[in-house]
Amino acid sequence: MPQNMFEKIWEAHEVSAGLIYIDLHLVHEVTSPQAFDGLRLAGRPVRRADKTLATADHNVPTDGTMAARLIADELSRVQVETLERNCEEFGIPLYSLGSDRQGIVHVIGPELGVTQPGMTIVCGDSHTSTHGAFGALAFGIGTSEVEHVLATQCLVQKKPKTMRITYSGELGAGVTPKDLILATIGRLGTGGMVGHAVEYAGPAIEQLAMPGRMTICNMTIEGGGRAGMIAPDEATFEWVRGRAAAPADFEAAVERWRRLPSDPGATFDTEVEVDAGAISPMVTWGTNPGMVVEVTDRVPDPAAMDSPADRESAERALAYMGLEAGTPMTEVAPERVFIGSCTNSRIEDLREAAEVIDGRKVAGSVRAMVVPGSQQVKATAEAEGLDDVFRSAGFEWREAGCSMCLGMNPDILMEGERCASTSNRNFEGRQGKGGRTHLVSPKMAAAAAIEGHFVDIRDWS
Amino acid sequence: MRPIDVIEGKVSVLDRHDVDTDQIIPKQFLKRVERTGFGEFLFYDWIRDGEIELEPNPILVTGRNFGSGSSREHAPWALEDFGFQAIVAPSFADIFYSNCTKIGLLPAILDEEHCRLVAEAGEARIDVDDETVTCAAGVFKFAVEPDVKHRLLNGLDDIAITLENGAAIDHFEAGPSAPPGPVTTAL
Repeated sequence: MPQNMFEKIWEAHEVSAGLIYIDLHLVHEVTSPQAFDGLRLAGRPVRRADKTLATADHNVPTDGTMAARLIADELSRVQVETLERNCEEFGIPLYSLGSDRQGIVHVIGPELGVTQPGMTIVCGDSHTSTHGAFGALAFGIGTSEVEHVLATQCLVQKKPKTMRITYSGELGAGVTPKDLILATIGRLGTGGMVGHAVEYAGPAIEQLAMPGRMTICNMTIEGGGRAGMIAPDEATFEWVRGRAAAPADFEAAVERWRRLPSDPGATFDTEVEVDAGAISPMVTWGTNPGMVVEVTDRVPDPAAMDSPADRESAERALAYMGLEAGTPMTEVAPERVFIGSCTNSRIEDLREAAEVIDGRKVAGSVRAMVVPGSQQVKATAEAEGLDDVFRSAGFEWREAGCSMCLGMNPDILMEGERCASTSNRNFEGRQGKGGRTHLVSPKMAAAAAIEGHFVDIRDWS
Repeated sequence: MRPIDVIEGKVSVLDRHDVDTDQIIPKQFLKRVERTGFGEFLFYDWIRDGEIELEPNPILVTGRNFGSGSSREHAPWALEDFGFQAIVAPSFADIFYSNCTKIGLLPAILDEEHCRLVAEAGEARIDVDDETVTCAAGVFKFAVEPDVKHRLLNGLDDIAITLENGAAIDHFEAGPSAPPGPVTTAL
């Protein structure tokens, strides 16, 4: 019987009914301290430190602080130092502040090559779905589950349903994977993928390089999906080849990986079709990622919405965002621009933004920052001179971390500030209390920084 | 985790859809390394700004897709520490649902109309074993996975149950289906 990719990976990892073996457990400072405490209380060891990898990302300042003990914020310092102590005690490899491999957990996994096709990967972070871009089954878990995986290398899981979203056609000029996934969430809603492992397929996906695939899988959780996946192909294999953790017998591994894609005739619980050619550059206007329109559209009018619940949510969102229904999105003017986060902070994202800048300057009304996803991304960018491009344009060039995606470190929005952000969540207060987030692609963020308002990147020359 | 069987009492209502975990427990409170004491920070901004009022009743009724976004288990910890023992909603985000069941906070799914009736009734009795919510307006069924129900009713530690299965894990790791995978300690 034909199987889809999710079913193949699930079946290969079923220790017993509902108990799944985990090939890689990524750990960071925010969701792990209580899990390590639990192990200590019960006198349990970590079962497989050799399948566990930790880094510090959520809390770390991006101002050049290069050791945990130097973090000015006491609570953040304690949390990163606690991670360092826990990893030391339990023998878990850690790339903490100061390591040249430190970075956002979902950036460093693929960068080191520990993210590989066919694997099961978990992390106490909802954006773990990123790793599914390699044809892995990857999803976020809570702290109790972090403790469970540390103790048993397994996870008790209800088998999710499967969904395939097939994209026909190809993305137009200036339209990026970020726009593709925002448009998809806009159509399906933030709960549209709940309970499903989602496979993204079709010609528009196959044409994408790995970073774009990661951006798409990363935001699966914003549609409520349990996991996002893309079939591995030559682009996947070439990404992994030569990386620090690439398999010693690479060709044998590729042979195994070639058997992963969904079989012809495989079925899914839900099928969705999207015309990628019809997707435009997108900008969110509200307080969840499903509240999104094309950049050429206007801020929606709640009065025109059918359901009372939608109307009420939209009214509240517009009040929070300080927007008037009917305003063209291109007249919306952010004072802050953030290029970074596990969604869009890889070297390719920075190159795209730099290309848009091309010698221009950040508008006087805007404060803009670029935060590379990892120390490796930062080093590569600097070797290519991208830091100069950004700095000369007036962007701040910072150290690796989650930064202003979630406001757990000093990079935050002030009350009422409006931000064009390449991150993944525009929830109320996400980037700082009262902060107003508009999610966009790196190109759109760079263009907004220069013009001082959103622009249709397709008109950029 | 304490066993839960029957949850009975007054109902608090949060009449909103798509409530994300950033609202339930804002990011600045995730810096704590303890597991307790999150209740006072529940819905910190919404409550402090006077947007909502919530009483620490045993039951919370709310809208669809509750607990979306971040995987932070601090959200169920805060709800439980505040006083809630059960959350009733038309749907929950996956990770949030799972996190609740791990700490003995019951997530019960009823359709929107039944949620409304429970909210209006103001009091309810939830029987985990029978999978029913009873209020003045009637008796409504919800579903909970048998293994989750077993753990909730008996207050069982998930890890202890899995470790009893240790031989199966050993067997899997030694078997042919265990993929060789990267060795993080060798990097």
